[in-house]
Amino acid sequence: MTDERPNPDELLAKVQAEESLSARGRLKIFFGMAPGVGKTYAMLEAARKTAKEGTDVVIGYVEPHARPETQALVLGLDVLPRRVVSYGGVTLEEFDLEGALARKPQILIVDELAHTNAPGSTHERRWQDVEQVLAAGIDVYTTLNVQHIESLNDVVAQITGIVVRETVSDAVFERADEIELVDISPDDLLERLREGKVYVPAQAQRAIEHFFQKGNLIALRELAMRQAAERVDAQMGEFRRIHAIDRTWPAAERLLVCVGPSPMSARLIRATRRIAAGLKAPWLAVHVESPPSAALPFADRERLAQHMRLAEQLGGETVTLAGNDVAGEVVAYAREHNVTKIIAGKPQQSRWRDLTRGSYVYELTRRCGDIDVYIISGEGETPAPKAARAQQADRDWFPFLGALGTVAVCTAIGFLMSRHFAPTNIVMVYLLGILAVSLRWGRWPSILSSVLGVAAFDFCFVPPQYTFAVADTEYLFTFAVMLFTGLVISTLTARLGFQAEAARDRERRTAALFATTRELSSLEDRRAIIEAGLRHVTDLLAADACVLTPDAAGRLTQHACGSRGYQPHERENAVARWVLEHGKPAGRGTQTLPAAESLHLPLLAASGAVGVLAVRFPADRPPPAPAQIHLLETLGGLIALSLERAALAHESEQRLIQVEAEKLRSSLLSAVSHDLRTPLAAIAGASSTLLEADRALPPEARRELTQSIVDETDRLNRLVANLLDMTRLEGGAMVVEKQWQGVEEIIGVVLSRLAARLASHRVEVKLPQHLPLVPFDDLLIQQVLVNLLENAVKYAPEDSQITISAKPEPTAVTIEVADEGPGIPAGDEERIFDKFHRGSTAKGRAGVGLGLAICRGIVNLHGGRIWAQNRPQRGAAFRFTLPIEGTPPKLDAVAAASATEQLTG
Amino acid sequence: MSTDGPKVLVVEDEQEIRRFLRVSLGHSGYRLVETASAKDAVLQAATQQPDLMILDLGLPDGDGLDVIREVRQWSAMPIVVLSARGQEQDKVRALDEGADDYLTKPFSVGELLARLRVALRHAAQSSDGKAAIYDVGDLRVDVASRQVHVRNKEVHLTPTEFRLLATLVKHAGKVVTHRQLLKEVWGPQSVQETQYLRVYMAALRQKIESGDSVPRYLLTEPGVGYRLYSGGAER
Repeated sequence: MTDERPNPDELLAKVQAEESLSARGRLKIFFGMAPGVGKTYAMLEAARKTAKEGTDVVIGYVEPHARPETQALVLGLDVLPRRVVSYGGVTLEEFDLEGALARKPQILIVDELAHTNAPGSTHERRWQDVEQVLAAGIDVYTTLNVQHIESLNDVVAQITGIVVRETVSDAVFERADEIELVDISPDDLLERLREGKVYVPAQAQRAIEHFFQKGNLIALRELAMRQAAERVDAQMGEFRRIHAIDRTWPAAERLLVCVGPSPMSARLIRATRRIAAGLKAPWLAVHVESPPSAALPFADRERLAQHMRLAEQLGGETVTLAGNDVAGEVVAYAREHNVTKIIAGKPQQSRWRDLTRGSYVYELTRRCGDIDVYIISGEGETPAPKAARAQQADRDWFPFLGALGTVAVCTAIGFLMSRHFAPTNIVMVYLLGILAVSLRWGRWPSILSSVLGVAAFDFCFVPPQYTFAVADTEYLFTFAVMLFTGLVISTLTARLGFQAEAARDRERRTAALFATTRELSSLEDRRAIIEAGLRHVTDLLAADACVLTPDAAGRLTQHACGSRGYQPHERENAVARWVLEHGKPAGRGTQTLPAAESLHLPLLAASGAVGVLAVRFPADRPPPAPAQIHLLETLGGLIALSLERAALAHESEQRLIQVEAEKLRSSLLSAVSHDLRTPLAAIAGASSTLLEADRALPPEARRELTQSIVDETDRLNRLVANLLDMTRLEGGAMVVEKQWQGVEEIIGVVLSRLAARLASHRVEVKLPQHLPLVPFDDLLIQQVLVNLLENAVKYAPEDSQITISAKPEPTAVTIEVADEGPGIPAGDEERIFDKFHRGSTAKGRAGVGLGLAICRGIVNLHGGRIWAQNRPQRGAAFRFTLPIEGTPPKLDAVAAASATEQLTG
Repeated sequence: MSTDGPKVLVVEDEQEIRRFLRVSLGHSGYRLVETASAKDAVLQAATQQPDLMILDLGLPDGDGLDVIREVRQWSAMPIVVLSARGQEQDKVRALDEGADDYLTKPFSVGELLARLRVALRHAAQSSDGKAAIYDVGDLRVDVASRQVHVRNKEVHLTPTEFRLLATLVKHAGKVVTHRQLLKEVWGPQSVQETQYLRVYMAALRQKIESGDSVPRYLLTEPGVGYRLYSGGAER
């Protein structure tokens, strides 16, 4: 009929526009899980009931399905004639939109909202007709099955295997003012189906087989109920989403409830939980810690903690924010965390208070932007007990005396002025006094001084003087203005003072955090970081603190701060362990394990919790305020980051060492394998030659081969011995058995042992007459001498002289092995004692580079020193000291006996 | 190859060592009885009645020291101990338990044969009960007449020095541990006072040795004890 059919979105926009002009009709949907549950019946039942009350109800269209009961109901009501459409030879009956608009009843009954109109109708779909009817201000009753809701289309298709084409936009469903769920059990429905109450019997059988399977019905029923519950809960709470229409497709909901110490908060939390459950949305309970609440009395703080616990118990996430601007903090947090709804309590403060202090609820609604704000009333709740005021009574009386004094001084000045000034000007003196009092002592003394000032002024200066009576009524106005001005000054200066205090507090914290950051970032050592961090924590919060870190096995180690030395009790470790595992604070002042002595905060770094910060507040102080916990968390974060940085640095250092060790190991392997293989090859070669060509070889050749085997074996043996020694030295397995003995004896042993190898050189021994006994391990020092001599033989040319000498000193004996070789390359004096450092020899046969390293190890074990230097003329000199430690053995008796023996012998 | 050469019991678990001992000792006229276990060693020592035992201290099935202790209960047969380097303590204990001498692996056959000869000679002497006269090189010691000559010149020794020298002469060629020396010269209460020994040994060397820094007769075995040179090519 019409070529251009408006698309649903455009239509919706148009409808919305119209809605703003005229009152829109109310839409009531009778909602069911499947056809046949009795929606139409229920709808007609409701319509009839309303009609009986005198409302104009007209039936626009009811699908008869040839159900007798339904039709019986229709009979009692006004029925709109149907529009007859013929299409492709078939005659169809449709709802007559024009007729309905013309008839304009109060309530129109239109069955089957999801119906698709016959081609050529005004709208493609019936729900579009209904929108138009609603827009005209007519209320509509309609029916809808769950499978027709667009967003559930896929789900239904999955469940039933049948794709439903006739769907209704979710927005339509959401815009319904009322939803009535019509529900019967699947068994009853099947029963009704079999009885032919839904479809004519022939259709029924097919329908049962396909759609009306019991499993399907159960699933559909759940779906319908859930859909209805979401709506019902929202309606029950009488909350309307203010901007619901802006979004055709609501994003995931997230609720935030503002919690305070007021008893009303518990109610708020429960209400939030109900709403959240209906929306299947996560929710947060947020408390904003502002300086006034930091000074909360103990009872309030306890109640606040209870509320936070309640929220956690009910499945909410609890958050404590700190800031002066409550509404600002809440809105900022809500935005950051994609909160869609904020729930707040209706303020119970007086209007006056709203005016002077501002109302956070008003601020909240003003600044919430696109976030919905729900205000829940606190009716029937008692306001928070005025514990704060009671506490103030305990305060020092001095400020009030001060206020009294100030008024007295002002009065005195007034007397001085009264001769020259009009009394009204003396008011200024009092106002000045009030200002001074409020600046000096704050609000309450200032209010006192306002009242006293007015009284004193009246008494002393307003005629008749020295009575409170007032002759001129004009003065009443003066009093009123004076009192009001005084009160405003009091309030404003007090607020100013408080804000300044808060600013100072923030400044102090910022400065402290900055100092902590700066110090921690300069530290590398783990222990120093912990100590510095703890120092800052104790300084800032005047509390004992301790850091607990887990070792590789998961055991906790305590690192107490030096000065206070707080060491938590063993049972506190369980709390610490919990904190470590969950990465959340616990202990005193939190909702987890609040009975603990200390507050435990996780030290969270990028890699997770690296430790626990345990803070013990003095027992007489209330549990730590959320702002303090927040500050601690920040400090903990700083410590954690520094610790992690130190750990990473340590790790990379370790890795470097590992790489070095790896290099060393590979150089050892190449050296050792070379040094092992060379003699082995010689031995194998010589011995196999002997075996193969035994008799054919001349005796000299055989002898030479045999000698080669013996020499190479000897070489191999020395190499293995060196490796073993090095291993024992490095493994700490080398035991030094010191005995007091003479150096000359061990030199003799070494010379006789090395006689064959030293034959190629001239060896000279230069020892002074009387060398003292020295404590040393003869086997080990023998090894040192052997290595030094072998070294000399290896590097010094044949026939050159090797000199062994010893020099006694008061505390040590120095032994020197000097050769006439090429000397040590400049700069290598230290390096030659390193493991696997090989020099180059003329013969080209350097050792594995262990000999001198072993010497150094052994001498060090003796507490001595070994060093090398080139001799003035040529060659190198190796010297080592053997310290004379402990008491030399008492040989007096022996010597005496020896002496007597000499005489008698 | 002679069938009446000294019978040697070799207790050694390494087959290759036994093999070369079999060849070299057999070639030098020794008859060999071999075993690889400590348990069997005592049995063999009792049943085979060897003239000498070569005992490896590092046996897999037991402590070589136990073998020495057990055998020493009923036999004075010479025992030469083989030990690895780094087993100095075991070596000294073996000697103190009654072993006659030791060799550190690896050792040369020449060295081994010399030790065996010394050990067998001492065994023969002690059974002869003959008074010892030591005459090697420039040094001559007559224990019975308490006379000591160096290069045919009599040397005066203090009584303790002489007792020390005499003890070494008694065991000439064999190693004598510090403990044994201290016990025989100074008595059982002085076994820890090794510095006595060192002082007297130094004094003795001054009188006997030529003054060269390499002693010829009074040889030091580091960590173990002393040995009096007894001629031959073993050193």
